[in-house]
Amino acid sequence: MTDPLALRAEAEHLASPMPTLLAEAEHLATTVILGEHGRRRAGLGDTFWQYRPAQDHDEARLIDWRRSARSDSTFVQDKEWQIAQSVLLWIDRSASMGFTSLKSGETKGHRARVLALATSILMVRGGERVGLTGLRLPPRRGAQQIEQMASILAEDETTEYGSPATDGMLPHSRALFISDFLGDLSGVEDALLRAADRGVGGALLQILDPQEEEFPFDGRTIFESMGGNLKHETLRARDLKAEYLERLAERKDRLAHLARTAGWQFHTHHTMQSAMSALLWLFGALERKR
Amino acid sequence: MFQIGPLGFAQPWLLLAAIALPLLIILLRAIPPAPIRRRFPGVALLLGLNDDSVQTDRTPWWLLLLRMMALAAIIVGFAGPVLNPENREQGSGPLLILTDGSWAEANDWTARMSRIEALVANAGRQGRTIAVASLTDLPADGPVFQSAEAAERMIGAIRPNAWLPDDTEVTEWVAALDSDFDTYWLSDGLGRPSRSVIADLDDHGAVTVFERLRPVYGLHPARFDDGAIRLDVLRSLPTEDPVTIAAIGRDPAGVERELSRQPLTFPEGALTARLTFELPPEIRNRLTRFEIVGQPTAGAVSLTDDSLKRREIALIPAGASQEGLQLLSPLHYLREALAPNAELIEVPLADAIPANPDIIILTDTAALPQQEAEALSAWVDDGGMLVRFAGPRLASSDISRTGEDDLLPVRLRTGGRTVGGTMSWGEPKALAPFKDGSPFVGLQIPGDVTVSTQVVAQPDPTLADRVIAELADGTPLVTRKESGAGQIVLFHVTANAEWSTLPLSGLFPAMLERLAIAVRPAAPDAAEFEGTIWSLDQRLLADGCLAREDETVAYEGEIVATGKVGPDLPPGLYRGQDRLLAVNTITADQRLTAANWPAGTDIERPQAAEERDLSAWFLVSALVLLTLDVIGTLGLTGRLRHAATVLIALLILQPHPSQAQDDDLIRAASEVVLAHVLTGDDGLDEMAHQGLYGLSDMLFRRTSVEPGRPMGVDLETDELSVFPLLYWPVNADQPLPSAEAYAKLNRYLATGGMILFDTRDADRATYGNTTAEGRKLQTIAAGLDIPPLEPVPADHILTRTFYLLQDFPGRYNGQIWAEASDPAAQQIEGMPFRNLNDGVTPVVIGGNDWAAAWAANDYGQPIYPVGRGSAGQQQREISYRFGINLVMNVLTGNYKSDQVHVPDLLDRLGQ
Repeated sequence: MTDPLALRAEAEHLASPMPTLLAEAEHLATTVILGEHGRRRAGLGDTFWQYRPAQDHDEARLIDWRRSARSDSTFVQDKEWQIAQSVLLWIDRSASMGFTSLKSGETKGHRARVLALATSILMVRGGERVGLTGLRLPPRRGAQQIEQMASILAEDETTEYGSPATDGMLPHSRALFISDFLGDLSGVEDALLRAADRGVGGALLQILDPQEEEFPFDGRTIFESMGGNLKHETLRARDLKAEYLERLAERKDRLAHLARTAGWQFHTHHTMQSAMSALLWLFGALERKR
Repeated sequence: MFQIGPLGFAQPWLLLAAIALPLLIILLRAIPPAPIRRRFPGVALLLGLNDDSVQTDRTPWWLLLLRMMALAAIIVGFAGPVLNPENREQGSGPLLILTDGSWAEANDWTARMSRIEALVANAGRQGRTIAVASLTDLPADGPVFQSAEAAERMIGAIRPNAWLPDDTEVTEWVAALDSDFDTYWLSDGLGRPSRSVIADLDDHGAVTVFERLRPVYGLHPARFDDGAIRLDVLRSLPTEDPVTIAAIGRDPAGVERELSRQPLTFPEGALTARLTFELPPEIRNRLTRFEIVGQPTAGAVSLTDDSLKRREIALIPAGASQEGLQLLSPLHYLREALAPNAELIEVPLADAIPANPDIIILTDTAALPQQEAEALSAWVDDGGMLVRFAGPRLASSDISRTGEDDLLPVRLRTGGRTVGGTMSWGEPKALAPFKDGSPFVGLQIPGDVTVSTQVVAQPDPTLADRVIAELADGTPLVTRKESGAGQIVLFHVTANAEWSTLPLSGLFPAMLERLAIAVRPAAPDAAEFEGTIWSLDQRLLADGCLAREDETVAYEGEIVATGKVGPDLPPGLYRGQDRLLAVNTITADQRLTAANWPAGTDIERPQAAEERDLSAWFLVSALVLLTLDVIGTLGLTGRLRHAATVLIALLILQPHPSQAQDDDLIRAASEVVLAHVLTGDDGLDEMAHQGLYGLSDMLFRRTSVEPGRPMGVDLETDELSVFPLLYWPVNADQPLPSAEAYAKLNRYLATGGMILFDTRDADRATYGNTTAEGRKLQTIAAGLDIPPLEPVPADHILTRTFYLLQDFPGRYNGQIWAEASDPAAQQIEGMPFRNLNDGVTPVVIGGNDWAAAWAANDYGQPIYPVGRGSAGQQQREISYRFGINLVMNVLTGNYKSDQVHVPDLLDRLGQ
């Protein structure tokens, strides 16, 4: 039987990153000015979009008499299109995302979560529904959803490298995959294929640590994966640098290629850079499809 | 001993370990440096990559070489490598070890002794009997051959003497030897006629001479010539080395120090060179000796005595400069009489007094300006001698008419008198024979000395005592009076030939000389020594040190006059009745030459190939190589950058000193912090710190004073005003504070600070017997503004500020001194003590070593022992109580003195 005290302590420990994560994400989200990203087309909604001359198919009760009284023709008030889209996120929470070489100790995983939450907050504010792929959190709107998402994101997975889950992706929705994409790419390929099948567009955001980008190692070294399952021993790490960088570039190319084929956007973000730049890119990327 | 070329090994079998080196190569090559384990997600991309070269799998060749060299160095180092090992002599039969035992051996005496010890040990191993003899201290009954053990005990008794062996004595001693023996002669390297006895020794057996090929230096006695000191420097061998001669004497504070030094390069091939010291008379008079720097031998020291000392005499011209003939100048005759034997300075009086001459001569000066007169009488009271001559101005002035002038020995009558002139009666007067008690007694009076004019003394009850020379009719000619420590002499005539013929006669310089104006000639002649008795004041040891002689042995003047040093006349400073005489090791006619051994003598010269132990070098180089190996290995594994970062970080993290100082100051100002003066002696400073820590701890526990951690204070740089109490442990060789530091200290004392001086000498300092610390304290305190002191009286405030105390012990229990109380303080009826100290004494002085008694470690345990058993514990307790009382006194002032009024106050409150 689990000691309730221990359980509670553990729970509190688990819950502890959530508020800060949320706060951080909120903070990040406030920096983006919404307005720019309205639907910009007439449709079903609450807010005024434009007046247009009434046509035959318009019901008489739709005519805006106040506007029509100022001229001879009749006008109808169009509302801005407010049909909500669903955005589904997948955040890599595997062990490899726990790596950092920064003095601030900010891991890739942390950055990924902050970005995901910030994007979600913006989307919810924009009236979209957000959710996570997989079946745990179907897309909904509202602040409650953000909190639930944060609590799910706060969990860590034990797998060495993550692979996107595609369950629960609604057709013609949008999707966002954040990971370091250092593991097997077949999962990604598979996920993109299924997404393309369902007409889902979206963005791939690769988050890398500066050390992963530069490979500043030397001497006899045993490299271990974060979970400790993979090992590689070298006698002169410096000799491997060129080959490693080559492989990394190759992988980025492949991801970009995959994304392009599926009609997605691809971007590489480094934890060293500010989260703001990535958020702006994400916003643009998720908007661009529209 | 196993030997390869000039290199020998003490433990050659250890070299066998070198065989293992190739094995090590294989082992080391097989073991590459340990890898770093590193977490790295990108490892997925590395999988399947191969290293370019397989070679780095093994240890790189240069690292291997480094390690091999380090190991080889360790093996060789422990095998005891010796460069130029000495071969031990083989031989049989008795061995006579002779050493010259002269001062010339003193500077490497220990090396010689160890050589003798080695010889004795070596001979002992071969079962030979040994005799050891010193030529300056020959055993009267010939050498005693005995076992090595017995001889070894004899060695310690042999000391070098401050003289050279006596040639005739040595020759006779050697001639008296019989039986067969080998001889080993340790020579001092100086040539002597008695070196020829080597032929006699050769008849008895093999002779080996041990001699160092180096010059022996010597100094002739210093002479004064033409206003400069001339020194002859001798050497026994012409080598290239320049020497430095130091003149040593007492500084104004009485501390012996080097007053001057001069380098000297000998002329090519010359054995003597002359050096000239031109020193101002003030410094010259302080000289005690000359020595050759770096030559600690008696011969390299030249003691000086009174003969170099010359008195400084200030001749003050009378008033404004007079245009006139030189022969009429009153100073001319004085100059002629005094110049050969004294330093003359002729400057106005105002300039002469600060120069502090021994004698000031005023010619025909009447009244002096008030300020100069005061300065002059102060100078006389300090021991100066003022000699005045009369003249027309003095005769016509009103000075010393009605009352005796301070600067004249007698009252004078108006006008003086003239006899034997054209307009007067009588004949010029001759001098009366000098009476007993006059300093001139015994001087022959030439018949042609007459006095025609003079100033006349008023008859007076004291006059008779003051006359030291008079005319035939009884009128005083020279009068003298004591004034303080000095004296004032008046010649009732002029210093020129105007009033008398005295300055023209030989009597005049003789009289001046008798007045101790002139100094005796440099070398007393033998006649003067006859029948005199001298005592040795300071003995010159063979190593050139002066030792105060405690035994009083009388040396006859005749022997002292010869100046020939030996057992009967050790060199040093001899004291006669009224003078000091230096007897130097080297006499003025002595020369130093190299030893002249006959051809074919077996001479062992040590420095040609000196034995050197090289193991330290090898081991140190092994350490260096291993350090390089560490760096190399770190570099190889990529960890060097980390190590360097750590090192650099450590360097950067060093606290900034001035910042720390400011922090200290803030801390000292924000709480009560006891401080001790940093003396420069680390051990003492540490002890003072521990002592104050212990006292602070005790204050914290027992009183409401809660001091912070004590601090060391550098008087030169630190601010003092924030400390209530300075503990100053006095160390004999601490530097004196600078003038600024003294100003700071005086300000500190004046504004309520207290210094506790601790000489730590158990107050052994009594009158006439001071300790080094006591003397140091005197010199330190000379610059401080300290009020008169007295031993702390029994009813002093210190006895009752917190605890009631009778004495104030530290590790010792001696008298302590504090500011003298008001002598007018009376005990008031009904009060248990006098109301003494209205204010805190600025200094407390004692020698009880309080810091040691107070010293406690971080756990509050005492560090230094005090006394024995429970009595010691009690003493420590009392010493803590003294410390608490002292701090309380500093912090509360005379508050406890006021406590006597408490009963009265309570009484009044009750009403």
